Amino acid sequence: MQKSRHDVWVGLFVLIGAAAVLFLALKAGNLLSLNFDETYTVITKFDNIGGLKPRAAVKSAGVVVGRVESIGFDDKSYQARVVLQLQKKFAFPKDSSAKILTSGLLGEQYIGLEAGAEEKNLAAGDVISQTQSAVVLENLISQFLYSKAADSGAPAAAAAPASGAKK
Amino acid sequence: MIGLATSIGRGLRGKLGDWGWSARLLGALLLHLGACLRRFVLVREQIFFLGNRSLSLIGVSGLFVGFVLALQGYYTLQRYGSAEAVGLLVALSLVRELGPVVTALLFAGRAGTSLTAEIGLMKAGEQLAAMEMMAVDPVKRVLAPRFWGGVIAMPFLAAVFSAVGILGGWLVAVPLIGIDAGSFWSQMQGGVDVWADVGNGVIKSVVFGFTVTFIALLQGYNCKPTPEGVSAATTRTVVMASLATLGLDFVLTAMMFSI
Repeated sequence: MQKSRHDVWVGLFVLIGAAAVLFLALKAGNLLSLNFDETYTVITKFDNIGGLKPRAAVKSAGVVVGRVESIGFDDKSYQARVVLQLQKKFAFPKDSSAKILTSGLLGEQYIGLEAGAEEKNLAAGDVISQTQSAVVLENLISQFLYSKAADSGAPAAAAAPASGAKK
Repeated sequence: MIGLATSIGRGLRGKLGDWGWSARLLGALLLHLGACLRRFVLVREQIFFLGNRSLSLIGVSGLFVGFVLALQGYYTLQRYGSAEAVGLLVALSLVRELGPVVTALLFAGRAGTSLTAEIGLMKAGEQLAAMEMMAVDPVKRVLAPRFWGGVIAMPFLAAVFSAVGILGGWLVAVPLIGIDAGSFWSQMQGGVDVWADVGNGVIKSVVFGFTVTFIALLQGYNCKPTPEGVSAATTRTVVMASLATLGLDFVLTAMMFSI
């Protein structure tokens, strides 16, 4: 192969370009959080998922233990069917519960897993039955207005809507 | 009436001939990849000329685009109390759109014009004809190394542009405005996807590399061998390469990100 006096500079150019790509992938992108660990899928059903998106994090005690794989609609129970990919190294009891939480006041939504007490662990394809829906801001505001109106009204009338709102 | 029909027919035939000629040139350039790899020193010279020499322009432009994006993004975002998202805004705009597109526009102006002028002058000085006389294929010996050099250099330049731009955005956002460095990076890392954003940006820059380099070479190889012809071809390179880049960018964005 012929040599050229520009070899060093061309090599440097390619190295700088490769370093830039690496910088974009590692520092700007989320390649580090991409992992190729083995996973198992668990199915959950929610009455309302709010703004949950595929690829959202699944956290337990604040630590990411998996990702939301897909979101669908179950037209038998009229619920949202959310498939979770959990990392194989983390096992959870069968009676664990899942709820949809929001990071910060207006941040993105994620699924919080809370471990149960049962001896057996969740296996691939299992369904988590205890779920708690996302908090929808409109419902929260209407509940708040309800209880406000109830407080200012007759004390006797307050009991009914307040207990209804707690449900 | 017959005169009109004749002129339409001649115009159409001429256009079709041009298109076919361009397509054959592109095919020949693509086919000569093997020959270029065998004599890679020629391509290396072109990477040096097209890539290294453009690096300073691309770097400085990226830095300033990053500065401006951070300032303008901060101005809008702080109204909604989410100034920390400025890192995400800078990174996404650079990686997805501005990096490949602005690099391609600058590349057309910095490297494309010099390619066109070089080939055009070689043609005007009958160097290409002399090569043919010596049974050296000018497409293989002169055009193909320049083509592949440009195609290889362009993605690296675009990546450097985006990376330097993000650093520029960081410079404005963190030390100057005083946004928390941790949330600057974590917002960015939370929102930029490696394959969907960075990967598609790289694909875009490769496509633009093919487009801009090919248009520059085509205009040079096709120009009238006179001083006016070379200058007109150089102008056409910038105009056509810029328009092709912007048009293709729309098509690519619609294909990649709309789903």
